[in-house]
Amino acid sequence: MPSTREIRRRIRSVRNLAQITRAMEMVSASKMRRAQRNVLATRPYADRLRDVMSSLMARTSGARKGTLLEIRPEVKTVGVIVITPDRGLAGSLVANILRRTARFVLDEREKGRQVKVLAIGKKGRDFLSRSGQDLLAEVTKLGDYPKLADVLGVSTNVIEGFLKGEFDEAYIIYSQFVNTLVQRPAVRRILPVEAEQNATPAKGSDFNYEPDQDVVLNDLLPRFAEVQIYQAVLESIASEHSARMVAMRNATDNAKDLRRELTLTYNKTRQANITKEVSEIASGAAALADS
Amino acid sequence: MPLHLEIVTAERLVLSDDVDQVNAPTKDGRVGILPRHMPLLTVLTEGELSIIKGGQRTEFAVYGGFMEVLPDRVTILADACDRSDEIDLERAEEARKRAEERIAQRKSDQEMALAEADLRRALLQIKMAKARRGIQA
Repeated sequence: MPSTREIRRRIRSVRNLAQITRAMEMVSASKMRRAQRNVLATRPYADRLRDVMSSLMARTSGARKGTLLEIRPEVKTVGVIVITPDRGLAGSLVANILRRTARFVLDEREKGRQVKVLAIGKKGRDFLSRSGQDLLAEVTKLGDYPKLADVLGVSTNVIEGFLKGEFDEAYIIYSQFVNTLVQRPAVRRILPVEAEQNATPAKGSDFNYEPDQDVVLNDLLPRFAEVQIYQAVLESIASEHSARMVAMRNATDNAKDLRRELTLTYNKTRQANITKEVSEIASGAAALADS
Repeated sequence: MPLHLEIVTAERLVLSDDVDQVNAPTKDGRVGILPRHMPLLTVLTEGELSIIKGGQRTEFAVYGGFMEVLPDRVTILADACDRSDEIDLERAEEARKRAEERIAQRKSDQEMALAEADLRRALLQIKMAKARRGIQA
């Protein structure tokens, strides 16, 4: 049985640990709330953009070649953006995304396609470069509240790569924010842009375009891809903070349990020592009385 | 008949209000939108966006984007947008200096393009902030 002093020391260190994890939990909770608000704040823009785009596409036709809408008959190379946090201590979040990424890469290879990757976030970058992937670009240290301009570098890379034919499809792997407890790794195709031509009411065919339809469409499409990437980044950030918050809460709870157990052991040991001493004294006294 | 105007950027909803008139900088020049305008979809450039509501004029700086006009509704999808009374003249001047320094360094083409965009943005902000002060003075 360990000495009482040793147990006391362990109790103290567990208590300090619990204080730290609790502080981290609270920091993550407030960051998570703000990140969630940011995700919601982009929705109007993305929704509006989608509306405008689908109504525009319902009215234009033909020539899709050389635009972001072009569906290539043969897909030889795919590009994939992997979004991960910069930091760990977020439970299984990073591992889940990386496992999904590994599966995606293997699946695509099996179809005879080449895979080129772009990394947003340190964890993903480290994993991808360690596993010897073809890393086209990387962005790290985006911070907790990035602006659209902060992800433009990556999106420009993807858009230009697609237009130049460096790859024929582009995907994004990110962490979908379902709720505080559930974050799911998700894979989404961003290029070619999905043509949603769902029942668009003919708002009057006399719509005017300035300068003209093609120019407007060619300006809209990259924006749409950019916003999709931006949204995925924001969702990943919200996921990161909520995963970390939950992980830290579990850690705090575990530390508390551990502390309770240690305190019990400590008291038992202390009691045992006292009993031992008393019995030693008593038996010593008895031995004296006998003689 | 009022005109419902929404200005959204990727980061936030800037404005959602009923207005009487919208003046916006498009690629082909400035356009004024009144209610019952014909449907229009156009590309915006950097410039001053002004809205008029009940004789009151409010100015915004927009830095590119799109505008969809329907007879009773205008939606502006701005790349970025600032209310003129939120523009800080000193910060804009600093931004201009930084952008000019970056241009003077003559780095890569991409770097130059970014710096030039920042400079245009700063100049627009300075112009608008000064105009505002002029009105107040």
